[in-house]
Amino acid sequence: MSLTPFVRHTGKCAALPRANVDTDQIIPKQFLKRVERTGFGSALFYDWRANPEFELNRPEAKDATILITGANFGCGSSREHAVWALAEYGFRAIVAPSFADIFTANCCQNGVAPVRLSPDSIDELTRRCLGGRGAYRLTVDLEAQRVTDDAGFGASFTMEPYRREMLLRGLDEIGRTLLEEPRITAFERSRA
Amino acid sequence: MTPRTLFDKVWDAHVVHRFPEGPALLYVDLHLVHEVTSPQAFEGLRRAGRRVRRPERTVATVDHNVPTGDRSLPLDDPIAATQLGALASNAQAFGVELFDLASPRQGIVHVIGPELGLTQPGMVVVCGDSHTSTHGAFGAFALGIGTSEVEHVLATQCLVLSKPRTMEARFTGHRSPGVTAKDLILALIGRIGTAGATGYVLEYTGDAIRALSMEERMTVCNMSIEAGARAGMIAPDDTTFAYLEGRPRAPGNQEWGPTVAAWRTLPSDAGATYDHRVELDAAAVAPQVTWGTNPGMVTDITGYVPNPADFPTADERQAAERALEYMALAPGTPLAGLPVDRVFVGSCTNARIEDLRAAAHVARGRKVASGVRAMVVPGSQQVKAQGEREGLDRIFLEAGFEWRNAGCSLCLGMNADVLRRGERCASTSNRNFEGRQGAGGRTHLMSPAMAAAAAVAGRLVDVREWEHESV
Repeated sequence: MSLTPFVRHTGKCAALPRANVDTDQIIPKQFLKRVERTGFGSALFYDWRANPEFELNRPEAKDATILITGANFGCGSSREHAVWALAEYGFRAIVAPSFADIFTANCCQNGVAPVRLSPDSIDELTRRCLGGRGAYRLTVDLEAQRVTDDAGFGASFTMEPYRREMLLRGLDEIGRTLLEEPRITAFERSRA
Repeated sequence: MTPRTLFDKVWDAHVVHRFPEGPALLYVDLHLVHEVTSPQAFEGLRRAGRRVRRPERTVATVDHNVPTGDRSLPLDDPIAATQLGALASNAQAFGVELFDLASPRQGIVHVIGPELGLTQPGMVVVCGDSHTSTHGAFGAFALGIGTSEVEHVLATQCLVLSKPRTMEARFTGHRSPGVTAKDLILALIGRIGTAGATGYVLEYTGDAIRALSMEERMTVCNMSIEAGARAGMIAPDDTTFAYLEGRPRAPGNQEWGPTVAAWRTLPSDAGATYDHRVELDAAAVAPQVTWGTNPGMVTDITGYVPNPADFPTADERQAAERALEYMALAPGTPLAGLPVDRVFVGSCTNARIEDLRAAAHVARGRKVASGVRAMVVPGSQQVKAQGEREGLDRIFLEAGFEWRNAGCSLCLGMNADVLRRGERCASTSNRNFEGRQGAGGRTHLMSPAMAAAAAVAGRLVDVREWEHESV
């Protein structure tokens, strides 16, 4: 499957200032019975959204495409449904101090950029986002590996080069690996 | 030659190619598949006109979404039935072996891999499930992957991965009576936190690890992901080989000798270095119980619900406040004595035969407290059959526990086995996240013996006090 490339994205932000948001919260188990990759957006943070005060229920979070959140985002279950739900809901980038390993891989497979910034930067972005009352926007530039706003914020980030490449080019990872098919066959023969 | 760790050796032996950008193309020896994270992967293959490259290295079962009650009845959840049907038709279309609901070998994917002898030392094992780390107990590099990666492995028998760093978790000394493998791993997670090993492969070493049975080692490795680790590993030894010998898919008589000789070269070399090290004194570990909403929020059963104000960072204080509110607990409350509504003995962490024996030992001749619903869900149909041969089913049933069919069940509540809002559960599973066992349900993680004791007492108790009681 080839994806929409992620080169640069400017969009409205929503803040979810909590650490250790696990994939059970992002998409609860009762929604994992679907056999398609679609239909998960409306179930994003299903249990939390029952609370009218939940961050994403606030009017100022409507139509956000960048989520600013806490450390170890996406921990727990390997369910890729969590990324499918975030993407279908409209998020193109998640900005946090750290991410769980499997979640990071799942993001890059789906054109969602997991952007790691320092805890101090995240605190600052959270303040600006909450202070902006729905008007706060960020630009995530994956080519330049920079996050900027139009009020002077700027921070650099790094990403594993091959994951960055996958996102930048919207690569089909399977197609790329199959180019190495002779090597796989040779490896199998060498072990036989 | 530079001394290498167990992980280095397994990694090096599976690198097919190194991409210029850094990651390796890593060969996968065993790909385990279940119904929840595979349908979109098979659909992707179908749409691209691709096949499963090595069906003989791919084994499927149903576990997450299966009923654990009467299996002679049709499924009453049509969406679940569709998902189970999808796996059956995908397995048939792509030539993948499937242990379905009717199979005597059906069970939780991480229980049946080892019990069939599919999981072996030195392998790379993957599955679309984070608790794949379980298989590292055999000295395999075993990791959970997402559905896109499942599709990638189906199509190529390889995974693209940057080499993780290594962390040694050394458990010195010896466990005290009443302290289990579950307590060791919970104590470690409590120490390093739920992201303490993110980006690392953990290798568990030390006398307390060497003394564990294979099933206990699986419990330890199973929860590696709860510390954020990519995988957890334990070097294979005579305990490992004795467990595997004679299992249906283990190497047969002809190959056994040379295979074991090769396995003996896997343990980390003297002088091998790790990127990080942590050490725990096993003798100082008490039975553990979680008080909060992630597995790192854990303490001794003799301990108290902490005061959020006592945590060092604002993030931790806020997380603890949220957790106590969700768990309906007040700071300073002793954990022993907390009343429970439900008890769950099951999951890929603690539903093997030794776990059921430990729970049955506590339950024997006693009764589940009135008002408590307690269920035992064996990890596989083979574990269930073994339990019945040993009479464990009768012990549980006479004590008032339910004795059910194999599956993930109340560990994640995808089937009908769920907590109701506000119910408090003593659980042998691996995650106490909000809503994990059912929206509004409150989970306390602990060992099988502790859970069984909670069922009988109707409240959390220190199982060590029970060891002295004669019945």
